[in-house]
Amino acid sequence: MDLSQALEVASSTDPGMVRSHNEDSISADPANGLVVLADGMGGYNAGEVASGMATTVITTEMQQLLAKVKPHEIDPESNKVVAARLVREQVLKANASIYHAAQSQPQYAGMGTTLVVCLFYDNKALVAHLGDSRLYRMRDGTLKQITRDHSLLQEQIDSGLITPEQAKHAQHKNLVTKALGIDPTVEPEIREYEARPGDLYLLCSDGLCDMVEDGDISMALEALGANLKLAAQQLVQMANDNGGKDNVSVILVRVLREFPAARGVVGKFLGWLK
Amino acid sequence: MAKLILSMDGLVLKEIPLTKERTTIGRKPHNDIQIDNLAVSGEHAVIVTILNDCFLEDLGSTNGTLVNGNPVKKHFLQSNDVVELGKYRLKFVGEAPQPAAAAEKADFEKTMVLRPSAMKAASEQARAMGAGTAEAARAAAVQQVAASAAAAGIADKDNRAPAPAAPAPAPAPTPAPVAAVHAATAPAMPAAPAAAPPAAKSGHPLGAIQIMTGGNAGKELELGKPLTTLGKPGVQVAVLTRRPQGYFITHVEGANPPTVNGQAIGTAPHALKDHDLIELAGVKMEFFLKG
Repeated sequence: MDLSQALEVASSTDPGMVRSHNEDSISADPANGLVVLADGMGGYNAGEVASGMATTVITTEMQQLLAKVKPHEIDPESNKVVAARLVREQVLKANASIYHAAQSQPQYAGMGTTLVVCLFYDNKALVAHLGDSRLYRMRDGTLKQITRDHSLLQEQIDSGLITPEQAKHAQHKNLVTKALGIDPTVEPEIREYEARPGDLYLLCSDGLCDMVEDGDISMALEALGANLKLAAQQLVQMANDNGGKDNVSVILVRVLREFPAARGVVGKFLGWLK
Repeated sequence: MAKLILSMDGLVLKEIPLTKERTTIGRKPHNDIQIDNLAVSGEHAVIVTILNDCFLEDLGSTNGTLVNGNPVKKHFLQSNDVVELGKYRLKFVGEAPQPAAAAEKADFEKTMVLRPSAMKAASEQARAMGAGTAEAARAAAVQQVAASAAAAGIADKDNRAPAPAAPAPAPAPTPAPVAAVHAATAPAMPAAPAAAPPAAKSGHPLGAIQIMTGGNAGKELELGKPLTTLGKPGVQVAVLTRRPQGYFITHVEGANPPTVNGQAIGTAPHALKDHDLIELAGVKMEFFLKG
């Protein structure tokens, strides 16, 4: 099912003001309703390699699979939707590729990447993430952070050691507790949300949320929502104007209309009418 | 980034940035730096770059490699070293040293993974110490790992001294007015006051627009926010952005972009000057800076 009529996607990525190269990697496939953002880490250019492998493996594998299977059906084995199993398997596949490359090539040793994947299907948004790349959702004028970082800071907040206010000034913002490609196996956090027409989803690397306050992100999305491409560029520019200490990447996805999965002949006809 | 300047007989041939971990030098074409001269061996030398340090290694060349006139096998390159291969000279220019505060800050932004095994070990240790409830043990573990990980993070990077308790407020290389704006807008700056008053932006004059025609003629609108949208949704909308460099107007939606001093601004952001005349959705307005 082609979702390019139901979803409007814009993205922007930039090395920032300090770094010489961009270790972030993004990929967007509106027709399949799939967006992927990864923030690589590791010496020299290994970070780019890891994030590039993550986005490429997940996007290409998912494209092939989505042509064959229906993501909204219930998987008899796990009793969950097929989409959840597909996304999880592709994340694990990407993990294995990065891990093996890191093991076999000395220059890639220790490389890894954070990840946030969002798959839109059947009026839903399925989100998988690892590390501190985030998904936000703007609905009815309110910006909400959907993913919870897998980071030391978040664990400290959760265990009550520090307040979110103190966290803004913490020194070790950069330590993630989960990432792709570091260990032979990994368990991504996968959740499903209802997607409504008018929703605006923002996937971003920590280069954005560390440099720009949520209030300013919200303001930019509200002011420039009519021009998604410009909004994406504006967010990157705001991060850079505030110092741009890290690579900045954003993907914006707006739900233009409902996109129920086609079920049977009648469903297909209804789907075609919309 | 460090670079090499290749020259012969005092004539600069080219500049080569050392972007790769291994940069090979030799006569054969597969080298990163090919010097097609018979005095240069097929695989003559290699420069290995680790973080900010570059090491030159002679790969057993026939005629040898000189650094500052002395033959070397392996050499830790310092800025302004001159490497000689036959008649060719390669001047090494190291990375400009950054002010320490900025460099430390930058290192801290680098994302690193914290291995779960480290978490587990610390957690067990805490439990062994009898730290009360499981929750307390967990909390202790997190704190412990935080301390050790932060220390390890610093030690990793060129053995720089640990960051001082209160890092410098803003990176030194940014010009003063920009830094002032940062202090007010960037929550990431640890030393920025929690509630920076708007006065902190004084390094950068506040702009405003005065509406000249239409129902709101005479009204003045201060541009204090980073973004202000103007116009009629669905007809013509533009956004005024407040940036460290000044104010910019950008076309957002509508068939035609707004005009500034009678000229359509196109799709790219357009820098606004004091007393520029903007026309948008049939309304004329003047942009000005409030001293």
